Amino acid sequence: MTDAEELRSRVRQLLAEHPPATTDRTDFLKARFDAGLAWVHYPVGLGGLDAPRALQAVVDAELAAAGAPDNDPRRIGIGLGMAAPTLLAYGSEEVKSRFLRPLWVGEEVWCQLFSEPGAGSDLAALGTRAVRDGEDWVIDGQKVWTSSAHIARWAILIARTDPDAPKHRGITYFVCDMTDPGVEVRPLRQITGEAEFNEVFLTGVRIPDAHRLGEVGDGWRVAQTTLMNERVSIGGARIPREGGMIGKLATTWRERPELRTHELHRRLLDLWVDAEVARLTGERLRQQLVAGQPGPEGSAMKLGFARLNQAISGLEVELLGDEGLLYGEWEMRRPELVDFTGRDAGYRYLRSKGNSIEGGTSEVLLNIVAERVLGLPPEPRNDKDVAWKDLAR
Amino acid sequence: MTDLLYSETEDDLRATVRALLADRAGHQVLLDRIETDDPYVPGLWKSLAGDIGAAGLLVPEKLGGQGASHREAAVVLEELGRAVTPLPYLTSAVVATETLLGLAGEGGGPAVELLAELASGRKVAVLAVPLSTAPDAEPFPPGAPEAGPSPSAASDAGPLPASTVAGVADAVAADVLLVPRADGLYAVPAEEATVEPQTPLDLTRPLARVTTRPGTGTRLADGDAARTAVRRGLLAGAGLLASEQLGLAERCLEETVRYTRERHQFNRPVGSFQALKHRMAQLWLDVVGARAAARAAADALATGSPDAPLTVAVAQAYCSKVAVRAAEECVQLHGGIGMTWEHPAHLALKRAKSDQIALGSTGRHQDAIAALMDLPAPA
Ligand SMILES: Cc1cc2nc3c(=O)[nH]c(=O)nc-3n(C[C@H](O)[C@H](O)[C@H](O)COP(=O)(O)OP(=O)(O)OC[C@H]3O[C@@H](n4cnc5c(N)ncnc54)[C@H](O)[C@@H]3O)c2cc1C
Repeated sequence: MTDAEELRSRVRQLLAEHPPATTDRTDFLKARFDAGLAWVHYPVGLGGLDAPRALQAVVDAELAAAGAPDNDPRRIGIGLGMAAPTLLAYGSEEVKSRFLRPLWVGEEVWCQLFSEPGAGSDLAALGTRAVRDGEDWVIDGQKVWTSSAHIARWAILIARTDPDAPKHRGITYFVCDMTDPGVEVRPLRQITGEAEFNEVFLTGVRIPDAHRLGEVGDGWRVAQTTLMNERVSIGGARIPREGGMIGKLATTWRERPELRTHELHRRLLDLWVDAEVARLTGERLRQQLVAGQPGPEGSAMKLGFARLNQAISGLEVELLGDEGLLYGEWEMRRPELVDFTGRDAGYRYLRSKGNSIEGGTSEVLLNIVAERVLGLPPEPRNDKDVAWKDLAR
Repeated sequence: MTDLLYSETEDDLRATVRALLADRAGHQVLLDRIETDDPYVPGLWKSLAGDIGAAGLLVPEKLGGQGASHREAAVVLEELGRAVTPLPYLTSAVVATETLLGLAGEGGGPAVELLAELASGRKVAVLAVPLSTAPDAEPFPPGAPEAGPSPSAASDAGPLPASTVAGVADAVAADVLLVPRADGLYAVPAEEATVEPQTPLDLTRPLARVTTRPGTGTRLADGDAARTAVRRGLLAGAGLLASEQLGLAERCLEETVRYTRERHQFNRPVGSFQALKHRMAQLWLDVVGARAAARAAADALATGSPDAPLTVAVAQAYCSKVAVRAAEECVQLHGGIGMTWEHPAHLALKRAKSDQIALGSTGRHQDAIAALMDLPAPA
């Protein structure tokens, strides 16, 4: 068992051997990974020490205090939040040691090739095909809304390997090389003017069988690991009071007395309370995870943040009045960072609309809470035992 | 760091209280009681306060209590809220007790003696202020220091008129009234005061008009010390009321889920309709938030955190809203049955609505937040 004291001494050793002030950022992160201090609950040799997850906070605090660089999770959020836990759970030893280090260090960015034009909320309806050819699989199809595809080196991909099976049972999960000549990425401009996400066309893309995660036909179960981690990863971060969007709004309120009205004051206080409660709920979720009792609060966090971010940024645009009528710039760019709290209020207002769509819409998450948490009866369904190829499309 | 989870001891305490209430204060019992003049279930206070020791949770052992904390008292209140139990717990074991703790200081004295009696459950005391009084309110009347006759001559009319306070919760159950007067806080035996019951919206928390004459009772503390103590009592009351609201909301949601799973219309359980599922899922989210907020308030009070006034205001502003919504949804999603006197939903609705006003309204708590966080109203 690794305890907090031992971790602290490992951190001190890391800092002594690689002083942050004089060490290149990437070199430092590599050394940190190799010391098992990247994600301490991961296995030895894969960036961890098999230590309790709770102790990560000790490491992070020590390193932050020493001014060490971090692996900016905004740019590599999909890799850290979704690809990594899935690779860890389903990858072979070779796959894990090949992918996890560059993923964590940020040398290789990941994207998620799940959604398709015909399969969003009903993800299991997807139609991208994977056909076995010797030691390879050959992929043909189209994906959409793929965040970061333009900077990604690797992708997690789900594709249909058995059209004769019911839709949930004929899917297989792969790691896809985004530099393969059959992969074409086209920007999709979005509501903010930028293109954060893309369309991805897959034509005769060859994936070695060694890059399959889980059994053939078991991809839906593997994808559940990805999706559950996606929802929890959103509420996992620890934020201080007035961290996040409410802090921006509160600052504007304090600094600009001329903008204040009584009606806005009431709405500000309502949202301030909601934001503080959301922060406490996130804190409680973290404490449950640490105590080894992961609760369904993960979905609550994602739902709550979506509603709050939209309401807070909407109020801020109103508060700004004449300035709220203006927008930073509409130039089409392909950003590397997803920036929820940066930029101006208008951008935040528009970007936050995606919070209730990406990673499962709020409607779908409410269904999940109703059925899996509260145990309410499911909607009647007509797609459970029908072969995928026979479903109406 | 704030501990927002429940300890094993707290879980055990919860189980004990829940079993007691299920056994002795089921909803039929409550419905029968509220038709009488006295909503309290006979003997229940003795069992909870005395046998389980719940009345003394906030009181240190050396003062005759259990030496636990606000975290455990909050769990008791969650259960009392779940079952909408009529008991003077919030008023006596929390507000009055905490007020006296604020006066206990070092030595003995009348406050300490009374505290031991409250902790054991032998006596019930309530602070003679309207139930709506917020922690930052000023419940002390202005005016000249008391110039009445000495307590021994209490029956003689003094120079000051008798004072009346309406809307005092659980005064009908009180043995002792803690009365704020211009020159300090007094402990007045109930038999020396006039307590006239009022008709409350919440039938499970009786209200009364309390009249006391100058010169009666024992002075516990003078001006400033009394003010600080009363404020402390009300702050603890407001903070732990959030746990009562949490318990109530959680129970309403559970009952609604249970009912809509069983009730069939259009050849389906009504709980399978998405319009209802989403409302219940949303309510669950609100309850998850209420739990975090209520736990934060209980923990801040337990640790004596300087953050307590803010955390309490946040919990009140949030949990009031959630409890009312949960009770309203409970009535609505039960359909016609939800509107009947026989179904317990109305007990919860009446409690939730009156809790929203109790110990400071939502707006009042928001104003407290505005002041504490420097988010001022327009000039
Ligand atoms: C900013 C952004 C980034 C994204 N990034 C990625 C990415 O990197 N990789 C990726 O694979 N995907 C990504 N997505 C896609 C996202 O996961 C899907 O958009 C989402 O799952 C919804 O699918 P859809 O767009 O097809 O909408 P649809 O499923 O067609 O939904 C349309 C509407 O119907 C509602 N609806 C659907 N089913 C139900 C139901 N059963 N009950 C009630 N209402 C229902 C939805 O809530 C929605 O309001 C991203 C999306 C956004 C907005």
